[in-house]
Amino acid sequence: MSDTLTSEKPAAAKVAQVTMLQAINQAIADAMEADEHVVVLGEDVADPEEGGVVGVTKGLSGRFGEKRVRSTPIAEQAIIGAAIGASLVGYKPVAEIMLMNFTTVAMDMIVNHAAKLRFMSGGQTHVPIVIRTMTGTGFSSGGQHCDYLEAWFAHTAGMKVVAPSNPADAYGLMRAAINDPDPVLYIENMPSYWMKGDSFDADHIVPLGKAAVAKEGGDVTIVSYSRTLNEALGAVKAMEAAGVSAEIIDLRTISPWDEDTVLASAAKTGRLLIAHEAVEKHGMGAEIAAVASTKLFGKLKAPVARLGAPYAPVPFSKPLEDAFAPNAKRIAEAAISLCK
Amino acid sequence: MADNIGPDGETLLGIYRRAALLKANDERSRKVITTGRLVMPYYSYRGQEIIPSALCASLTDDDYLVTIYRGIHDMLAKGMPLNDLWAEIAGRVDGTCKGKGGPMHLTYPKKGIMVTTGIVGSSMPIANGLAWGSQLSGNNRVAVATFGDGASNIGAFHESLNMAAVWKLPVIFLCQNNLYGEHTAYEKATSAKQIADRAAGYSIPGVRVDGNDPVEMYRMAREAIDRARAGEGPTLIEAMTFRFHGHVFGDADGYMDKAQKAAAMEADPVPRLRRKLIDEGIATEEQLAQIEADIEESIDAAVEFALASPLPELSELTTDVYGEAA
Repeated sequence: MSDTLTSEKPAAAKVAQVTMLQAINQAIADAMEADEHVVVLGEDVADPEEGGVVGVTKGLSGRFGEKRVRSTPIAEQAIIGAAIGASLVGYKPVAEIMLMNFTTVAMDMIVNHAAKLRFMSGGQTHVPIVIRTMTGTGFSSGGQHCDYLEAWFAHTAGMKVVAPSNPADAYGLMRAAINDPDPVLYIENMPSYWMKGDSFDADHIVPLGKAAVAKEGGDVTIVSYSRTLNEALGAVKAMEAAGVSAEIIDLRTISPWDEDTVLASAAKTGRLLIAHEAVEKHGMGAEIAAVASTKLFGKLKAPVARLGAPYAPVPFSKPLEDAFAPNAKRIAEAAISLCK
Repeated sequence: MADNIGPDGETLLGIYRRAALLKANDERSRKVITTGRLVMPYYSYRGQEIIPSALCASLTDDDYLVTIYRGIHDMLAKGMPLNDLWAEIAGRVDGTCKGKGGPMHLTYPKKGIMVTTGIVGSSMPIANGLAWGSQLSGNNRVAVATFGDGASNIGAFHESLNMAAVWKLPVIFLCQNNLYGEHTAYEKATSAKQIADRAAGYSIPGVRVDGNDPVEMYRMAREAIDRARAGEGPTLIEAMTFRFHGHVFGDADGYMDKAQKAAAMEADPVPRLRRKLIDEGIATEEQLAQIEADIEESIDAAVEFALASPLPELSELTTDVYGEAA
């Protein structure tokens, strides 16, 4: 692990190039340093348990103590319940649900409680928790370990959902999520943990609900997030070779999503493609497509297009898994075809 | 059990004040629904009044309560003001949740009533979190999760008791065993001879107590609360009681054993405590009659306050979904 995770640094310093994993770790550490009410819980998160299965929280319990960084039983309802309860009395828990598929075990706590307590109490209580969870295909983990389920949570009023695609955003979104007064689901992409990105300012905040223009272009707008955003960036060369200039929007926050940025871009280019690793049917792309089709009716040069996974569980066998999630090649083909 | 744990006469009278309020409030609620003045899903707690009345004799306003849809008795015992309660169940702006929670989600943090859940079993994981907050801050507050016998069969019970035991949380799991989970009798749904036995699986104390006996209930609750405050971890209390009415108000309770129900109503714990207070010279008939008259008057006032309170503006539909980002 890099020195930047543990060494003291001046507040406005630049953080050198770090991996996604290091950026997330550092964001939690900096938040814990800034506010003693920030606490971490989840399966294996403390150092005696090696700071999580991938080591995202490594070093935190050594630095802040096992009182504030607590390994839990494998009991997702109990984990989120504990986070909710502590948040009601002034703490800011960052709870890890190891894999996104395991959120299903805690759905009652997340959907019926975390998301709704502010509303049902008439604003007397609120639930400022962050639920970190990792997912994504690429490691042959089959049908129960790598689903993208973000649409379920985006569909739940009271939840916020973020999914960074690079280390700077991973840091900035985590700091914003911890500061936020409401429950935030923070989606980490497993194969992206070791990717490096641009350096960023320490204490860098990425406001929730703000998309970023990852690349400017004039012919077609591609909206994506998480790892698929990087596939879209990887498609640029092929698109340019075909004479297509794509504007690529990194949604960053899935809910509430940044309609202004997406619609402004789609209005400019006249074409919109939404790409994500989640199953295409009933996915986030449907929501964006519906809003864009309604609000830009008559202004678009082509029907809005979506690109997601087939309506099937994630397969194990390598060629099937490789064909499951949209990749740079398929994104390029879809964008080029939209511009014909 | 230490004999000096009480309750003394004054405490018993305090328990009666609460129990009489709870009983009168339930009777009024059913009347108000029957006469059509209010429409709501109502889960009568009649028959279970002694349990929270005795529990709350040893809790402070700062201690936390997480209760369930059949939990208005718990809230009133913990100090929910009648006006706020009635305006809420009438769906009015002066309700404790501005009319947005209703009878199943009443919340009143000023008295430690942090969450009311309509999901069976879900009081326990959240109570753990409140207790964890107490443990982190060292503020000496305890958290109580109440739930029914049916909830001891759901996974959240197991996850919660295990975590509370491992973390030594200052939490009390208070099962109000009224012998029916919704429409199904205890024996048909629950493998354990008694729910208290399940505590052994978590290496925590588990006790079964007659929840309708104010002395026993007070002592057991007090012991568990003292244990939690001393940092000795959680306790499972199974308080035996009986639900006089059906699962939800309006169901014909044909699934309940008629003789069992008649016997339970005959042994109504609230008038039983009333007789005890008089028999033991703790209070006079006149004193108790005055307490009851005052309760009726305060409920009259609360019902009128609730019905006079405005209904919410439609803008409330989308407020309190999110807060303002810092």
